[in-house]
Amino acid sequence: MIRNYDKLIFELSKEGRTGYSLPKNEFEGYCICKGIPQNMQRTDVPELPQVTEFDVVRHYTNLSNKNFGVDTGFYPLGSCTMKYNPRINEEIAAHPAFAGLHPDYPVECTQGALEVYYNLAQSLSEVSGLAAFTLNPYAGAHGELTGLMIMRKYHMLRGDYKRTKVIVPDSAHGTNPASAAVCGLQIVEVKSTAKGTVDVEDLKPLLDDTVAGIMMTNPNTLGIFETEIPEISRLVHECGGLLYYDGANLNAVLGKCRPGDMGFDIMHINLHKTFSTPHGGGGPGDGPVGVRAGLEHLLPNPQVKKDADGQFYIDTDESSAGYVSNFLGNFGVIMRAYTYILTLGRENVKMVGPLAVLNANYVKESLKADYYLPIEGVCKHEFVFDGLVDKSTGVTTLDIAKRLLDYGYHAPTIYFPLLFHQSIMIEPTETESKETLDEFIDVMKRVAREAAENPDVVKSAPHTTPVRRLDETTAARYPKTTYRQMKG
Amino acid sequence: MKYFPHTQDDIDKMLQVAGVKSMDDLFGEIPGQLLFNREFALPEAMSEVEIRKFFDALGKKNNQLICFAGAGVEDHYSPSIIAPIISRGEFLTAYTPYQPEISQGTLQYIFEYQSMISELTGLDVTNASMYDGTTATAEAMMMTVAAAKKRNKVLVSDTMNPKVKRVIETYAMYNGVTVETVAQKDGVTDLEQLQQKLQGDDVAGVIVAQPNFYGIVEDYSGVADMCHEKKALLVMNANPSALAVLKSPAEWGADIACGDGQPLGIPMNYGGPYVGYLSCTNALVRKLPGRIVGSTTDVDGKRAFVLTLQAREQHIRREKANSNICSNQSLMALYVTIYMSVMGYKGLREVNKLSYAGAHYLSEQLVATGKCSMAFDKPFLNEFAIKTTVCAKQVQAALLEKGILGGVRIADDMLLLCVTEQRTKAEIDLLVETVRNL
Amino acid sequence: MSKIVEGLYYAESHEYVKIEGEYGYVGITDYAQHELGNVVYVDMPDIDDEVEAGSDFGAVESVKAASDLISPVSGVVVEINEALADEPELVNADPYANWIIKVKLSDASEVENLMDAEAYKAAIGE
Repeated sequence: MIRNYDKLIFELSKEGRTGYSLPKNEFEGYCICKGIPQNMQRTDVPELPQVTEFDVVRHYTNLSNKNFGVDTGFYPLGSCTMKYNPRINEEIAAHPAFAGLHPDYPVECTQGALEVYYNLAQSLSEVSGLAAFTLNPYAGAHGELTGLMIMRKYHMLRGDYKRTKVIVPDSAHGTNPASAAVCGLQIVEVKSTAKGTVDVEDLKPLLDDTVAGIMMTNPNTLGIFETEIPEISRLVHECGGLLYYDGANLNAVLGKCRPGDMGFDIMHINLHKTFSTPHGGGGPGDGPVGVRAGLEHLLPNPQVKKDADGQFYIDTDESSAGYVSNFLGNFGVIMRAYTYILTLGRENVKMVGPLAVLNANYVKESLKADYYLPIEGVCKHEFVFDGLVDKSTGVTTLDIAKRLLDYGYHAPTIYFPLLFHQSIMIEPTETESKETLDEFIDVMKRVAREAAENPDVVKSAPHTTPVRRLDETTAARYPKTTYRQMKG
Repeated sequence: MKYFPHTQDDIDKMLQVAGVKSMDDLFGEIPGQLLFNREFALPEAMSEVEIRKFFDALGKKNNQLICFAGAGVEDHYSPSIIAPIISRGEFLTAYTPYQPEISQGTLQYIFEYQSMISELTGLDVTNASMYDGTTATAEAMMMTVAAAKKRNKVLVSDTMNPKVKRVIETYAMYNGVTVETVAQKDGVTDLEQLQQKLQGDDVAGVIVAQPNFYGIVEDYSGVADMCHEKKALLVMNANPSALAVLKSPAEWGADIACGDGQPLGIPMNYGGPYVGYLSCTNALVRKLPGRIVGSTTDVDGKRAFVLTLQAREQHIRREKANSNICSNQSLMALYVTIYMSVMGYKGLREVNKLSYAGAHYLSEQLVATGKCSMAFDKPFLNEFAIKTTVCAKQVQAALLEKGILGGVRIADDMLLLCVTEQRTKAEIDLLVETVRNL
Repeated sequence: MSKIVEGLYYAESHEYVKIEGEYGYVGITDYAQHELGNVVYVDMPDIDDEVEAGSDFGAVESVKAASDLISPVSGVVVEINEALADEPELVNADPYANWIIKVKLSDASEVENLMDAEAYKAAIGE
């Protein structure tokens, strides 16, 4: 039904075709050739395509047919919270009364926009238990970096310059150490227990007056709740450090408990995970950062505030951690997240975590006879299998992931966390129905059966996708990253 | 709740399979004092009807103005086909293309994006995109330091947009990089001072802007040689739309080009989402942060696209990665890719011509009122700084009354005004008339 | 079975050094290249960089992994294997013929801390 389409937009190009319409020139007698000195003008011609509007529409529609999104099917990508992205969020984000605002509008002309920003920040405070939020960071990793800047600035302002170490669990995502390094901090790893939680005994000797803080997720990467968090909080605070909460897994506890109440001082939230804004093939997201009372002044500039008359204004604070973005973050994403919170309302926000956790446990228990579950017990929003129970088939996690594509599912997160060799990390989210999960469970079981009975069909999967397994080695050895390089 | 599919019957059955008695038991291990036991102080759930009314009402608290502000964010025309294409669920609701077999749509448009940006900058390689122009420039700064290995000083021209400069300075402060400013002279970078500052043989990179903050097209003849002689890299923050008519960063000899893609048709969105672009020479590709898409083939020999050079990235190199960026600003990269496809080289030149004509007409008319004079006698495209005889704040207030956003105030007596192809002669004349009547 | 060459010195982190007079040629072992899989890039230091025994001087990358290169000896880099820049797969083809850096040794006695072929063979369990 859908034809096999294999063109680059450049390959549709034909000299003389155009796809644009622009207004007539109302101003006679002005020419760039006269106003800009010859040596500053472009002489070579950039090879952009010459195509009609219709060419462009059809080309990208065809490309979209080679893509898989949450709208297409179940997307159990662990740690990414691929929940349903409601369309009303999109409609509101495109509202012409907001989308046309230039960042240099005077604040008296943007009271509505500032109110959205302020109210979303307040809502995030309420659900997370932290005192104040900035919405300026653009993504999770960006929020994480901003949070660490706040942590460093906090110590700097106290004149304490020797705190340059940040503790991360050995199960942490690579972004944590990378963010710390960009922020000029050194990483110290704390070991995990057999249950995958932070080993408090291993933590104790690491805590000294060079520690800026600790970065954790709770529940952690394995979907296990860190029950010793009150003790960890006490120990880290006692040594003068701060606790940073990586909000990647916030969906698990939304409505049940709050990072602020667990003792965290700083956190980021991924609006594109917990608050349903679309992932957009990798972005844009938004990574708000919250702080506990007493640290508000450290939030990045500019800051949105409300005066005694209820008027919103934009402020800067000299003791702030600095500037991390052009203006007030991805405002369009902020509009979406606020719409989502208003749609759910107080009565439904509290159900997000419980239903996500219910779905995860249902899938876990239904599959653990076929897939090896290294850590038993109730999980939170996600869990990790370590490959198949039957290790004799030679079928790897990668093969299983690829076979799932044949059955119309996105693969789970694979080979992360690094604690196991064959990690398969599944996060169903709360917006998937029992029927969808049942079908997925059936397919997972079927793949396990295939692995035993007909392993080759799994090992050579996928078979039905627009392209099959790719030669990634040649792509990396001899990179061709533009059309010009590809043509050679 | 329409987003939750669970019936009570589903919940009961699922709890049974999960082996727990109640929903509360799913959180049974959590210490009691950590459980949240009150109602959230949030509004009650709203229906779609109520949501629309709510935002309509909030929207009325914003004013819609005729925009003559720029300073990095320009009010360009956005072709009608872009919004429907990027709203397709297959693009909108996908995540990063981890599974290339079912992500060829995303991977191919990123490849096309990289190709088009490389065409505009003239540089060999472009990454899959950054958050925005400010962070792209901060990352470019870190690239120069990583490439230089033992140097940790960068020079930034004072003609750089202060919104970009302050982000560079923030990143630098935590990253242990020293930022020194190269002074400006008559609105352009003081090249003599630049040369002096390079003499210490300790500079990793020099960061300049094109056009600069004042809208001036700077003459960077000899600057690349000046940098390269002292083993410093040249970074050029350039408006990508303007590169259709201006000498490219590669032609100036820059090693890295970066900037914000917003002028390529992205709505102003009160500051975001936009997209940052980052290009460099082949020699620097290993220092380039973020995702990069390359072409390859599948087992059947079919052409395909894939994330490549991943071993530079945070998920593999952890604290040794070039950057902590995980993903890219994918959907906005698609946005500008569609824009560049529709416009083509000719369309982009036409946008520049129209904006140039409108801006020069406006500047001449303003000077003719006798209330203003050009701040600098330098070439510009579609943005310029103008000195006002009355205080600039007063000028802006008068314009605001006419529904005009009168540029960006950059001094008590100076405004930065920007004109795009969307500004009509009538709108410009209204601005001029208002100033004349002051 | 991995190839192990007699007369070289081996580190626990799977680098070898081949001593020729006051110089040492450093590369990764056959076992290491096999574990890593298809090598797509070798990140090498610059000539005249100092290396220190036990510290990293570069990395070897495969498609989805990167492994730090730890120098088994101290000294100054006098040569890097330029061929690896264009053909990183040479490391897979013959890691012993395709050393990565040539070091002018600052302390020849350091090799005494390394393993000989037999000890390395035992260390990798072959």
